[in-house]
Amino acid sequence: MHIIVPVKMVPDTTLVKIDPETNTLVREGVPFITNPFDTHAIEEALRLKDRYDAHVTVISMGPPSAEWVLRRALSLGADQAILLSDRVFGGADTLATSKVLSEAIKRLHNEHPVDLIICGMQTIDGDTAQVGPGIACRMKFTQLTLVDRILQLDLAQKRIQVRRKLEEYYESVEASLPALLTVVREINSLRYPTVPKKLESAETMIPVWSNEILKLDPNTIGLKGSPTNVRRIFAPQREKGEIIDAMGDNKDAAVNMIIDKLFEWNIVIQN
Amino acid sequence: MFVGQFIFAVLFIAALIFFAFNFYRLLALLCLGRWENRFDFLLTRLKNMFVYAFGQLRVIERPYGVNHLLIFWGFLTLLALNAEFLISGIFPAFSLSFIGRIPYGLLLTATEIMSLIVLISVLIAVIRRLFFRPAYIELSADAFIILFMIAALMVAYFGYHAGEIHLGKTDWAGWMPVSGMVANLFSSVSTEPTVQTVTHLCWWIHALVLLAFLNYLPYSKHLHVITAIPNCFFRSFDYAKTVPRLIFQRGNEFGISRITQFTWKNLLDFMSCTECGRCQDGCPANHTGKTLNPRDLIHRGKLNLFTNGRSILAGRPLDSLLPTPADAEMNSPLIGNGENSISEADLWHCTTCGACMTNCPVFIEHVPKIIEMRRHLVMEQSKFPEELTNFFMNSEQRFNPWGLAPTDRAKWAQDLPVPFVEEGKPVEYLFFVGCSGAYDSRSKNVVTSVAKIFNHAGLSWGILGNEEKCCGDSLRRLGNEYVFEQLARDNIATFRKYGITKIVTHCPHGYSTLKNDYAQFGGEFEVLHHSQLIDQLIREGKLTLSKKSNGTTVFHDSCYLARYNEITEAPRNVLKGTQSGSGFVEMPRHGQNGFCCGAGGGRMWLEELEGKRINTERTEEALATGANTIAVACPFCMTMFEDGLKDLDVVDQVHVKDIAELVAESME
Repeated sequence: MHIIVPVKMVPDTTLVKIDPETNTLVREGVPFITNPFDTHAIEEALRLKDRYDAHVTVISMGPPSAEWVLRRALSLGADQAILLSDRVFGGADTLATSKVLSEAIKRLHNEHPVDLIICGMQTIDGDTAQVGPGIACRMKFTQLTLVDRILQLDLAQKRIQVRRKLEEYYESVEASLPALLTVVREINSLRYPTVPKKLESAETMIPVWSNEILKLDPNTIGLKGSPTNVRRIFAPQREKGEIIDAMGDNKDAAVNMIIDKLFEWNIVIQN
Repeated sequence: MFVGQFIFAVLFIAALIFFAFNFYRLLALLCLGRWENRFDFLLTRLKNMFVYAFGQLRVIERPYGVNHLLIFWGFLTLLALNAEFLISGIFPAFSLSFIGRIPYGLLLTATEIMSLIVLISVLIAVIRRLFFRPAYIELSADAFIILFMIAALMVAYFGYHAGEIHLGKTDWAGWMPVSGMVANLFSSVSTEPTVQTVTHLCWWIHALVLLAFLNYLPYSKHLHVITAIPNCFFRSFDYAKTVPRLIFQRGNEFGISRITQFTWKNLLDFMSCTECGRCQDGCPANHTGKTLNPRDLIHRGKLNLFTNGRSILAGRPLDSLLPTPADAEMNSPLIGNGENSISEADLWHCTTCGACMTNCPVFIEHVPKIIEMRRHLVMEQSKFPEELTNFFMNSEQRFNPWGLAPTDRAKWAQDLPVPFVEEGKPVEYLFFVGCSGAYDSRSKNVVTSVAKIFNHAGLSWGILGNEEKCCGDSLRRLGNEYVFEQLARDNIATFRKYGITKIVTHCPHGYSTLKNDYAQFGGEFEVLHHSQLIDQLIREGKLTLSKKSNGTTVFHDSCYLARYNEITEAPRNVLKGTQSGSGFVEMPRHGQNGFCCGAGGGRMWLEELEGKRINTERTEEALATGANTIAVACPFCMTMFEDGLKDLDVVDQVHVKDIAELVAESME
């Protein structure tokens, strides 16, 4: 069984602030992390590895510094990691990104047929949730998005049954393999790498695939291959509601104020 | 008598050989451990041995220990005459009387008196064990066997000598008051042949019990008779307040999962336990119904050493004293659920408060062993309570336990007159704020008070702001040495960058870690706890406390101050300075005998699901003093007491204050 997990290095957006005057992201001093949804995709692949002895390949498209995201995945137990890095890949939107990732996956697929691709449901910096489905379309794999539980996996029959977490209900879906899943955080809780694995992964050579290897038409990838245009970045105005500051000393007053508001807006009704 | 002499000679030599063999096997077991140098400072070690092993200073810290002291010294006194007794069993003419009439006479008298004292002490011990047994002592057959043997030795000694006196076979009757009295008893009731038989019988009882005693020792908890003295000699001087540094290289193993990975001194610890139960008596986990029992943990270590060690030794030549080969098979896992193993749950219950180590009369080092085994679980197995995953990740990625933004670390100081250290502008003191001070809303008031005090005293000081990282205390005690080392290195590099030489903390955990643990990484700084610096400022007259309080205050000692670093006076001096009257009270357990709040050793980040909550137990103890202010000098203790007061529903009547807050209030 071969599982591919595409991952992304993202700025820790919970630490990103928006400059109120220029409306731009203040990214200074913000560390990079593995996209949190992707960490759950890796975990799910590793759980399948534990159970079915699957081979887990982690790939990432990004700058050379994105290598550590792959090392982290290796330290957790992934078997193989490939970095897709080339200047011509830069500035890609979801269309161009899924193109590069799919091309890499196809190469891996030819060497060792892929049964499952597991992605995080979306990244925290783009929030589009388009790359996973994009890869599925290009690979012509069944796509199962927003999965919060793998109910059944039958490798002999090449069938998978998953539960999808939708807004107001769950949906149980059965599909044939190979398939692409995008997973939500609730699907699992993360493991923590052992130190020997960390030390080992720090020394592992991670192959870098540039476009010389993938040989894609430069007009279909990177900035040139991205039809998306960013016109403006701004912090949305809050139309209603207010923030009650509980960080000060007077927590009791803040709590009382919230309780008063709850009554005032008839969210809580007195008997 | 010749046949008797011959039989005795054979038994005696056999017993000696058997004892020597057992002793040698113990030595071979010790050699299975790793090497560790405990041969430094030999004079200090000798002094320690005399004070603690022969002087039994820690044993007599509790009143009943005097009984043990008497038995011990009784035995030492008896040694000479017992040797004479054994040798004369083969060579009847042998006597120590060549040392001179008066010295030998005095030796006889001393032995008589000490034997009587030992006999009485043994009776007291039996009565105590049977009728007044403290909860921390287990009723074991072992103890009674030994006590019976000792009593038999003494009774037989008197019987034999009384017989000799009665039969007129000794010239030393005048020097033997107790035997003399027994002899009088003989004259009143017995005929000569009976006395002869009794004397003979007593001689044999004495001889056989003595040889049996010698050889029973290695198989019982009374092995400590042999091991406790060297264990005091080889004790750690720095009170085992830290754990050894690891080298993070591929191929190394991190932490301990096999008994033979411990150093020989740790193995000697396991062998030195007397099962006196004092460690258990001081243990906050054990006191509140957790399964962890430090006495049992050490005992299990000993069993594990014996079962695994003996099978390793069985497979090699008798004269081999080599360490254990790396691939040696263990028939009993060190960490596990068997009766020769230590359970994972027990390892996680420990608050590393160190009460076990302070209480141990023979200086067994419990906590570093627990941390070594945690290291294995965390770093080799990635097996630990679920709650810790987030704690570890937050500490690694955001350098604080809660995963709050590293860029918000200096936020507390935003609108306050708090100076930041700058390159090229050295300050005398770096105030290492720590994670609690920087992020915890309750502790912010403490660090704000510290800032006020420093400014008021005109101190040259500053903080690192967002460049400061978690000190790593909890990580190290929880066994996550890998992340601890990263944080320690980063912090030390930052200290160096700003030319820091003196550091002050308000958190005892940061204090102890910066002071004792960072030294292993080349971070040698003068580190002060705020209680020490404030005490110093008051004494120097740089702080005047004019607004004194007249409430009743009780002080709770943080383990990492009182036990780990022997700081008990400074916070008390400071507190007393803030009070107008004599409203300062103590809890029954205070100072180095204090009782943990429950948050040390990384327990701060773990759920406490088993038994009674440790902080509830301690809060109740504090409330029983009638104090309306519980003073602390540690942010963890602060949280634990605040929670304790909430649980006991007394938040309106009793308040928890850091000593810095009380000082700041008294300044205004």
